[in-house]
Amino acid sequence: MPVPDNDRLMRDNVAKMPVPEFEKPAFTKPPPLAECRVAIVTSAALHVATEDGFEPGLDPKFTVLDDGERALRLGHVSPNFDRGGFAADLNVVYPVDRLHELAARGVIGSVAPHHYAFAGNQDEQVSTVRLDTGPACAKRMRDEGVDVVLLTPV
Amino acid sequence: MCTLAHVFEAAGLATVVLSSIRNVAERMKPPRALHGEFPLGRPVGRPGDAESQHRVLAQAFALLERPDGPVLEDFPETIASTGGEPLACPLPARYDPSLPAAVDEARALRSAWERSFAASGRTTVGRAVDVDGIPDAVAAFVRVAEGTPWKDAGVPGIPMLAAHDVRSYYQELAVEVADGPPGPWAVERWFYDETEAGRALLAARRAMRDADAPFPLWFYMAPGAEQ
Repeated sequence: MPVPDNDRLMRDNVAKMPVPEFEKPAFTKPPPLAECRVAIVTSAALHVATEDGFEPGLDPKFTVLDDGERALRLGHVSPNFDRGGFAADLNVVYPVDRLHELAARGVIGSVAPHHYAFAGNQDEQVSTVRLDTGPACAKRMRDEGVDVVLLTPV
Repeated sequence: MCTLAHVFEAAGLATVVLSSIRNVAERMKPPRALHGEFPLGRPVGRPGDAESQHRVLAQAFALLERPDGPVLEDFPETIASTGGEPLACPLPARYDPSLPAAVDEARALRSAWERSFAASGRTTVGRAVDVDGIPDAVAAFVRVAEGTPWKDAGVPGIPMLAAHDVRSYYQELAVEVADGPPGPWAVERWFYDETEAGRALLAARRAMRDADAPFPLWFYMAPGAEQ
């Protein structure tokens, strides 16, 4: 029996799904990278163990991750992505240690005090994320002086 | 991720997306995206390889210098999802023959999981059962595989979440026992192909499917391509 190629199956399936449209998309020019404060926002549904996880269905909320926190759960429960990489090294999903190395070298200005996680599985229109939780997350980051957001999916 | 990129840009934040499914980035046109043809679940590429991860981030952040967008670039190095080195993770010998093999195995692996947890300080076990409940969850899946109707088998909580906890328990200890970071999907292949618990989980999933359990209840107990 051939080895299942789950990634091919998922990529083929997702290619058939509709995606939301954005008319007149915005484009924000950042300051020079060496002056930028950088935050990570991931769709891996990361959260700390003491906090309720994401609902296994569609959950549009986001979690706030302290920059120094590493005891994070991979709250996205889907079996349809490689999970062994994260088990071995959370930076392969959430490259927070790499950001600190870049800040120490002066490549980026600083690392944000908080990062954020959403769940990757959302309804097709993503309405709540577009109109409510996404803008709320953006405001938090703006208030914390973030210039650049690195978005990492699972 | 592409949705959030548009939302954040509209709020005055500059964004870079690490794309995992190119087709989505092509259609959603986030302002800046670097596509990595990497295994899903590894958007920064190679676990345990800081240098490689920095190459990905350097190319991603370089997109911030572009005067306009959308821009979608490909990371030149790809990582295949299949065909990598199998995981070398020995399994315990049979200890208590009065138990189903999968339950005996799950119990015997507890010390390996404890070492994993001590080393990493993190676990993803705990959605339906905590680590103490793993052998009982495995026992419930064995009963389903052997013909007990899934509603009567004592599966703790939603089957998908119980399966998630069993899978996470095995994945975390495998990473501790194996030598070096696992290759793409290597932990999953080891779990489903080599372990008694993985085989029991797939057998329970087939039994639920054949008994016409609701699709989401059995399908998401394992990757879609698994039989």
